[in-house]
Amino acid sequence: MLNWRKRVAIRDHLAEANLFLRRTIVALVIVLVLIGSLVKNLYHLQVDKYQDYQTRADGNRIKVQPLAPNRGLIYDRFGRILAENSPFYSLEVVPEEVNNMDNLIVELSQLIELDQDTIEDFKKNVAQQRRKFKPVTLKSQLTEEETAILSVNQHDLPGAYIEARLKRYYPYKDLTTHAIGYVAKINQQDADNLELEGKSANYEGTLDIGKLGVEKYYESILHGQVGYQEVEVNNRGRTIRTLSQQPPKPGQDLVLNLDIDMQQLAKDALGERRGAIVVLDAKDNGILALYSNPSYDPNLFVHGISSKNYKALLDNKSRPLINRTTQGRYPPASTIKPHLGLLGLEENLVTTKTRIWDPGYYQIKGIEHKYRDWKTWGHGWVDIYRAIEESCDVYYYDLAVRLGMDKISDFMTQFGFGELTGVDIYEETSATMPSREWKYGRFRQPWYAGDTVSIGIGQGYWTTTPLQLATSVSVLANEGIHYEPKLLKATQNETGVLPVPAQDRPPIQINNTTNWQVIKTAMQGVVEKVTGSGHKAYQGVEYHAAGKTGTAQVIGIAQDEEYDAEKIAEKYRDNALFVGFAPVDEPKIAVAVVIENVGGGGKNAAPVARTMMDYYFAHYEEAKP
Amino acid sequence: MSAEVGRKPNIWQKIHIDRPLLAGLLTLSIVGLFIIYSASGQDWDLIIRQLTRLGISLGVMFAIAQVPPSFYQRWAVPFFIIGCALLVGVLVFGVIGKGARRWIDIGVTRIQPSEIMKLAVPIMIAWFIARKPLPPKIGYSLFGLALIIIPTLLIAKQPDLGTSLLIATSGLFVIFLSGLSWRLISGFVVAMPAVGAALWFFYMHDYQKNRVLTFLNPESDPLGAGYHIIQSKIAIGSGGLWGKGWLQGTQSQLEFLPERHTDFIFAVFSEEFGLFGILALLSIYLYIVLRGMVISVRAQDAFSRLLAGSITLTFFVYVFVNMGMVSGILPVVGVPLPLVSYGGTSMITLMAGFGILMAISTQRKVFTS
Repeated sequence: MLNWRKRVAIRDHLAEANLFLRRTIVALVIVLVLIGSLVKNLYHLQVDKYQDYQTRADGNRIKVQPLAPNRGLIYDRFGRILAENSPFYSLEVVPEEVNNMDNLIVELSQLIELDQDTIEDFKKNVAQQRRKFKPVTLKSQLTEEETAILSVNQHDLPGAYIEARLKRYYPYKDLTTHAIGYVAKINQQDADNLELEGKSANYEGTLDIGKLGVEKYYESILHGQVGYQEVEVNNRGRTIRTLSQQPPKPGQDLVLNLDIDMQQLAKDALGERRGAIVVLDAKDNGILALYSNPSYDPNLFVHGISSKNYKALLDNKSRPLINRTTQGRYPPASTIKPHLGLLGLEENLVTTKTRIWDPGYYQIKGIEHKYRDWKTWGHGWVDIYRAIEESCDVYYYDLAVRLGMDKISDFMTQFGFGELTGVDIYEETSATMPSREWKYGRFRQPWYAGDTVSIGIGQGYWTTTPLQLATSVSVLANEGIHYEPKLLKATQNETGVLPVPAQDRPPIQINNTTNWQVIKTAMQGVVEKVTGSGHKAYQGVEYHAAGKTGTAQVIGIAQDEEYDAEKIAEKYRDNALFVGFAPVDEPKIAVAVVIENVGGGGKNAAPVARTMMDYYFAHYEEAKP
Repeated sequence: MSAEVGRKPNIWQKIHIDRPLLAGLLTLSIVGLFIIYSASGQDWDLIIRQLTRLGISLGVMFAIAQVPPSFYQRWAVPFFIIGCALLVGVLVFGVIGKGARRWIDIGVTRIQPSEIMKLAVPIMIAWFIARKPLPPKIGYSLFGLALIIIPTLLIAKQPDLGTSLLIATSGLFVIFLSGLSWRLISGFVVAMPAVGAALWFFYMHDYQKNRVLTFLNPESDPLGAGYHIIQSKIAIGSGGLWGKGWLQGTQSQLEFLPERHTDFIFAVFSEEFGLFGILALLSIYLYIVLRGMVISVRAQDAFSRLLAGSITLTFFVYVFVNMGMVSGILPVVGVPLPLVSYGGTSMITLMAGFGILMAISTQRKVFTS
């Protein structure tokens, strides 16, 4: 009986085989049920939820990368480039491709200068970076020489690359800073603002943003539209291939009214002196020159200014960071006498025949205090022409008191005093056109007649910016037509140039329009009459100009005390001012000059204004009759 | 008696190879090579190594097929005792790898005693149960259970919970197939959850409970334990009905799927060949299981039947556990997809098991009266 042990001889083999068969069938049923449950679940995944998982699979592999648009360029009115995007070279290392990092650094430092801090920072960045195929910057802003040396040796330096990036560059450096401003890295505050304005998406991939001047004001035009590319990536984020691309739309170029030569001229004319020069195209108040001295190099900010350099700018006593043309609050001094004279004529408080006796001082009835004329012994009998030509103070003390502050305030506001000019940069102050309400609000004090006396010669509470002065004189020259001063002349893209129309404000309406001519004639006398306060500076000009000098006290001079420039510390010396326009008949250019702490306006500011006008008449086609 | 009796043995029977079973195994292995090629990112080195391993495994299978089944019956007890001794040895002198102690270094190579037990346990239990007439008495069956528990606990201690459970299962299959009374089986089915609940409430610490919860629901930890299973489900789901095509699976080719050419190779297959591909693959597995069942039903004695049946069902359990874990209905335990996943000593053990099946299928004793 085979080889079974004897004691199992009683088993029933057939029954056992049948039992096993039944159990195997049960097992088979269970197997089929389990396979069925597997298939049911797989059907659920692959058919019911197919779309869902398909989307998630694509979400894994497809990443959308932003492509930053190229920023629009900025040109001056003659097409000279003021802000460009130029390549900057940096040395980058891909850790994954480097055999021995320490050796590479040693080799590199034999070729170019690498200080210890740079190397430490780099090593820290490499250690922190998890994606070893992504480049890490070792040194940015390579010089041309360094770029050349590295390029020649690149084949010996596996893993080291020279990367070119576009960065903003301002070729005229400090010459354009206060007008154009600059771009710099987007900081948290910028990012928050973009988020608030709903522009975050458009700035994905953009590194820099306009921080100042035109760069900031026209950010939305200059920036352009972000593009995207869809790339397929693997699980480590490495790009495998590009699937589709929507190219970015570059920003539009800006053409400014600015003339960089005139800008240079303004800088040269001021030299070491602190001050501001504004030159307007009198036809539409396009800004030909907007220069504040001293200035600074905006390129420092583009790459992130070092704290040392920034501190130096902050601590500089001449305060280069202030844009004097739009943020400097200067007493207008006598430069506003033409405006006040016009109001006097308009109110019939004076006529061209009216003469006033100037004994050298003015007194309000019943008050002892003497308001002095700049000419100690007085001008004698003066009419409105002489009052402007020779800048008689007493005439205007009297006129201002008779006009009263309310009328002065209302009328001067129409010239733009005490208001933002509408210039296309954000760095602007409205300065102060005082009024009763203003003084009460500010000092909780009523307006005194004595306050009005000072207003008559553009002193006291009244402050203006050089741009306001230039605009107001342009309004005078154009007999009340008021355009906002603008830097932007046109925008430009691949389809062509699109001029930007001038923005006008309500014109000044006066009852007797011949009064304009009276004032303009008086201003012409300032530079053309031998007795005029600006005559010396304008000797021998070949065009007819009109202007007004101003000399602003920076500190109060005590009664009976003589102003003596030699004895006073420089920072307390008078500010020199001059406003003017030309030609008188058909005004084409308006100028305002303010020079700080140099003394008289006729002597110091008027020659600078003339320089600007001369240049205009020598070089501009439209200046020729 | 079976139909082959009396017929002249052909060449395949002489070399003890079951042709239908071999055809199924080879088909599966070839499918496996194609998927490994895709999952590894067209790595020929890997294919060469897998081919080598396949060759060795087939050699082992062939060698074992030549050994008469009675040999295992005779050596069942020593085999089992040596296996258990090695498991104790592992716990004492074992080499640590991947956080567990699973290998013994015997100088020339490392051996993994738990692999030996994958065969030693069903052989031992089959021998033990087949000693007495079937169905076994309840007390005798419980004795068999005790024999299963010894190696199970030793392996669980390594720790290798997945393998220990699979080995226990292979032993339990023997007892099930031997005709253990349904009353006892239903008793166990009812008792298991009760024991689990008792462990949960009275024995386990919070951190252990947390571990069990993550084990049962990996998606609660999407960056850790859940990452594998989430990526795997995305791969399977995005394959759809027809799949993305061979070498075209984005989840696998772009390496979002972890363990692509080993434990999670089924996800690669599902992504590239879709539901219809899966049905084809399942058909091959089912075919092998059916062939195994046919062999065990036709086997001549109780020991052979029980052993062949257990080997066949255990094979299916590997397939089910792997597919179930990759498609997210079972917890993740490190079980490869038989004959398709790359590498592992498990392939040799698996083929050794099929070698035993072939021996049972072809080495039939001619009855004389």
